[in-house]
This record gives sequence, C-alpha cells and structure tokens, in this order.
Amino acid sequence: MSNKLIDLQNITKAFDGQVVLDDMNLYIRENEFLTLLGPSGCGKTTTLRIIGGFESPDKGRVIFDGEDITKMPPNKRQLNTVFQKYALFTHMTIAENIAFGLKIKGKSKSYIDDKIKYALKLVNLDGYGSRMPDSLSGGQQQRIAIARAIVNEPKVLLLDEPLGALDLKLRQDMQYELIRLKNELGITFIYVTHDQEEALTMSDTIVVMNQGYIQQIGTPESIYNEPENAFVADFIGDSNIIDSIMVRDELVSIFGHNFACVDKGFGENKPVDVVIRPEDVELVKPEEGTIEGVVTHIIFKGVHYEMEVTACGYEWLVHSTSCFPVGTKVGIKVDPFNIQIMNKPESEDEEAVGVEE
Amino acid sequence: MKSNRIRLLAGPYLAWAIAFIIIPLVMVFYYGLTDKNGMFTFDNVLAIARPEHIKSLWIALLLALISTIICILLAYPLAMILVNMKGNSDKFIVLIFILPMWMNFLLRTMAWQTLLENDGVINSILKFMHLPTLTLINTPYAIIFGMIYNFLPFMVLPLYNVLKKIDPNVINAARDLGANSVQTFLHITLPLSVPGIISGITMVFVPSLTTFVVSDLLGGSKILLIGNVIEQEFTSNSNWHLGSGLSIVLMIFIVISMIVTAIFDKDGEGNAL
Repeated sequence: MSNKLIDLQNITKAFDGQVVLDDMNLYIRENEFLTLLGPSGCGKTTTLRIIGGFESPDKGRVIFDGEDITKMPPNKRQLNTVFQKYALFTHMTIAENIAFGLKIKGKSKSYIDDKIKYALKLVNLDGYGSRMPDSLSGGQQQRIAIARAIVNEPKVLLLDEPLGALDLKLRQDMQYELIRLKNELGITFIYVTHDQEEALTMSDTIVVMNQGYIQQIGTPESIYNEPENAFVADFIGDSNIIDSIMVRDELVSIFGHNFACVDKGFGENKPVDVVIRPEDVELVKPEEGTIEGVVTHIIFKGVHYEMEVTACGYEWLVHSTSCFPVGTKVGIKVDPFNIQIMNKPESEDEEAVGVEE
Repeated sequence: MKSNRIRLLAGPYLAWAIAFIIIPLVMVFYYGLTDKNGMFTFDNVLAIARPEHIKSLWIALLLALISTIICILLAYPLAMILVNMKGNSDKFIVLIFILPMWMNFLLRTMAWQTLLENDGVINSILKFMHLPTLTLINTPYAIIFGMIYNFLPFMVLPLYNVLKKIDPNVINAARDLGANSVQTFLHITLPLSVPGIISGITMVFVPSLTTFVVSDLLGGSKILLIGNVIEQEFTSNSNWHLGSGLSIVLMIFIVISMIVTAIFDKDGEGNAL
C-alpha cells in the first residue's frame, strides 16, 4: 500500500501515574482500514484520542501527512471522529447536526444543503433531516454520527467502538455498511474495538494491544493463523494454548507425545507455547490418533459442534461438524501446518495477562 | 386494589397541600378581592397603581433582576470550573458553597449587617488602613449584595448539575468538527445548559423579588421593596385586604417572569446555530 499518513513515534501516556501507553510506535497508511483491538484498559481508546487531539501524549510525536501535529488542537486537525454512544447534539435537528462542521467553516447554504442530502443518502437515512436525534433508534443515530463526520471530507475517520451500543444483528449489518462506506469514500479508517469478530470482518490491518503495548500487527489472516504470542492467540478466537517442549526443528512434544510441525529455529528442547485452533483438532478413532482422550462436553452451535475432550489432563476445545457423544473414546490428530509454535514470554512486560472476552 | 393502597401513600402530602397551600391561596384571593365589609372589589389589587406601591414594585423588580444577572455571571464560570475538576475535589467545593445554607438565613443576613455598618467591620478595616470609609448599609447595593450572597448557591447547583450531565464527548465532537472553544461554548454548552439556567433564574429571581428580610436588615427602613410593603400591611397596618391584593399583583409578576423565561428557553433551543 501507499505511504504513511499518520505516524505515531514513541508515544507515552500516563494517567495519575498509571502508564497507559509505553513508548508506542505505529504508522497508518493511506486508505487503510486499521483496527486497534484489545481488552478494556489496553490503551486503544487513548491512542485514538491522541490521534484525534483530545489527549496529548506525555512523550512522543504525532506526525500527520509529514507534519508534526502533536500540539495541534482537535478543531485544526484534518480528521473527524465518530464517538462511542454517538455524541449527537440533542438540541439540534439531524440536518443541523450534519451541517455543524460545515457551518463553522463558513460554507455556503447551497453547498451545505447538497452535502446534507448526499450524506443522508450515503447512510440510507433520506428524509430524516428535520427529525430530532432522540426520535431515532441507536443504529440510526450511529449512522447520523458517521454522516456528521464524513461531510467534512476528512482524510481520516476515527471510530471509537461505534457499534458497541447496538444489538448483534444491527452490529453485523453496520459492519457491512462501514466496509461499503470505506470503499465509496476511499479514506482511511482507524477503528477501535474490543470485539475480535468485528476486527476480523472489517480490517485491512489489525493492531492487537494489551496493557499499553502492541502485541501484534498484521492482516486478519496472519493475526488469526499465526498469533505471535499466547495473548493474541487467546484474544482472537478460541484456542488451545499448551505448554510444550520444542524437541528440535519441525518436532514438538505435547504432553510427552511427539507432533510433527513446520516451525524451525526455536532451538532444541526449548519450552514453548503451542497454539492449536479448535477447528484444527481432528477427532479420529482412538488407535489412529497421536493422543487418546474422552469427550466430556458437547454443545450444538449451529455450524458445528463444540466439544471438550479430556486428554493428558488437558481440556481440549474442539470444533467439528461430526458429533461425538459424551463418553466416546477418541484419538486426537493435528495437521503439522495447524500447529503454531510461540516463544514463551521472556519479560514481565510481554506477559500476556487479563484476557477478557 | 394494590394501586389504591399505593395511592393512599399520597394522602399525607395531599392533606398538607390542602391545608398549607390550597387554603392559604384561596384565602389570599378572598382577602385580596374583598373589602372590610366582605364586599367584592378590585380596589386592593388596583392599589398597586399608587405611586409609593409602583415605586417599591419597580425597585424590587430592578434589584431582583440585577441580582439574578450577577448570580448567573458568577455561577456559570464557577459551575464550569467545578465540572471540569478531576476526581472528587468538585464535590468538596460544592459542599463549601452550600455550607452557608446550613446556617439560619436571618443569622447570615444579620452577620452582613454587622460587616457593612457605618462603623462596622469593613469600615473599621478601611479606617485602620487610613482609607476613606464607605456608606454600604442602607443602600440598594447592600440589598443586592445580600440577595446574591443568600441566593447564589441556588444558581450554582442547577447549573452544576446540568453541565455535569453533558457528555464530554459531545463537547469533543464539536471541537472535532472544527469549532474553537468559544464556538463550542456558544453553540453547544450554552444551549444544552438552558434548563439549568432557567431553574437557576426561577430559584433566584422569585425569592429576590418577594424578599423583605434582606431589604429590612440591609436596606434599613429607607428602601421599601414590594415585599416590605406587603409585610407592613399584614403586620403593622393590619390591613390584610390590601396586603393580599398586593400579593396577588406580585404573583402575577412571578407568573409573567416564568412565562418569559419559558419563551427564552424555546428560543434557545431553536436558534442553536
């Protein structure tokens, strides 16, 4: 993709002595849909607020399009924000809400009227201009908040958990709506969420954060398939994370049983974390598997069955389209490509803690 | 059955309201609209047109208006500072502000009498510093001062409450959309705080307009507000009919002031931009 549009350099921020961001470096490319993903308190919203200009970093610089904007007030920045819980102006009509930024900039009335019409059409709320915000549903209010931001033609749209207050069905609809908007407008989106599914669905790039540190940056596929540490693996989707020993290149010992894998360069007889996604655990006849176990729980989830298999004292989470009743003796097999090896965290800082879903 | 029982709980208040609100109100209207022989008349109400009554009503309106405006100008910035304070320090300062309200109203006003007197505390200090002394007591300024001192908390609290409820992100959104801090205040904060301003005005203007204690203690007998005139009719002159008639006029003015503020409220909402 193209050049860096926003460059965060060595950003550090503390509130009342509590470090929220520690020496963070991150750049955002033009026309990218970038998601900051992490549990609450990981620093993702603070990062967004620093970009938006609502917080100033204690240390570090914010570069926007080659210009240092660290000290620039929010009203001078060429970006707009869609806030959590919409933050519409309740004393103004929808049209006045959308027109606010344009009126402040002194645009002509005909220009503003055209823009209101265009924006309402874009978010599928034609004819709502004269309504008051309170008379709209949550999803509609959210779309107005987006319309209010994009009429100003920002280079970057910042979205702070915009779908957090909506119910599941509406949230899914809005995800597609956002992708459509992003493609139609051709601008950069920076999106903050704690919902991994939202992040995987919409993003070009996901930045996984925890406790003020970036854990991993990558495409949705690479974050899901090749998590770099146990925190990322656990936060993105379900997974089995197991203490294991890397015997040598391409061979890992899980609970004393050797599994072939594809990773190299971890050294010999080194403790590692192994991640196996539940859908990658194959259940076979006991004698055909590498490890033997017993099915202890089964739940029907629609697309698949979710099962728990106790083997070697560990509860394996398994997703499978075939049903194995509770009590069935099974064998566990894993394809070498589906075993993801990760270094154990070396320092306290890297320690993956406090996972919430 | 159940809803009937719950309704019974409103009984004590209903009795209270009838005994101490409805009946006195009816009596005020009865006395105000009758003469000493119990005959119906408008004379007591029209007595407001007498020059001395018109004058005291005019002064009362003027002083109440000035006090209310000064209260808004003092309370608004204070409330904004309080709302923007971090942690719990704002609650402490609010407490300091309402602390004087725990003391008796008369006592507080009398304390100011001692401070403002010609040979009172303030003038003694001025004399000690070889500065010219001031005539403070028995002037309209002293009355305005007393009103502001006594009624300021009633302006601060509703403003503080309404400003506290404004989502900080709404302010951020205005800034984000390009408004500077002055524009944000004029287009967002001020219109959103109108309900607080209205209830503040009601809670300061009405007691200021009707007070007779403040003007009695700090204005001496020189400055008669309409409240003093009414009080005198009831007490020293024992003319309940005239007192009630003037009270009705005062009530009409209070209703008018409420209507005016309500109209301003609507304007504030409509002309937000």
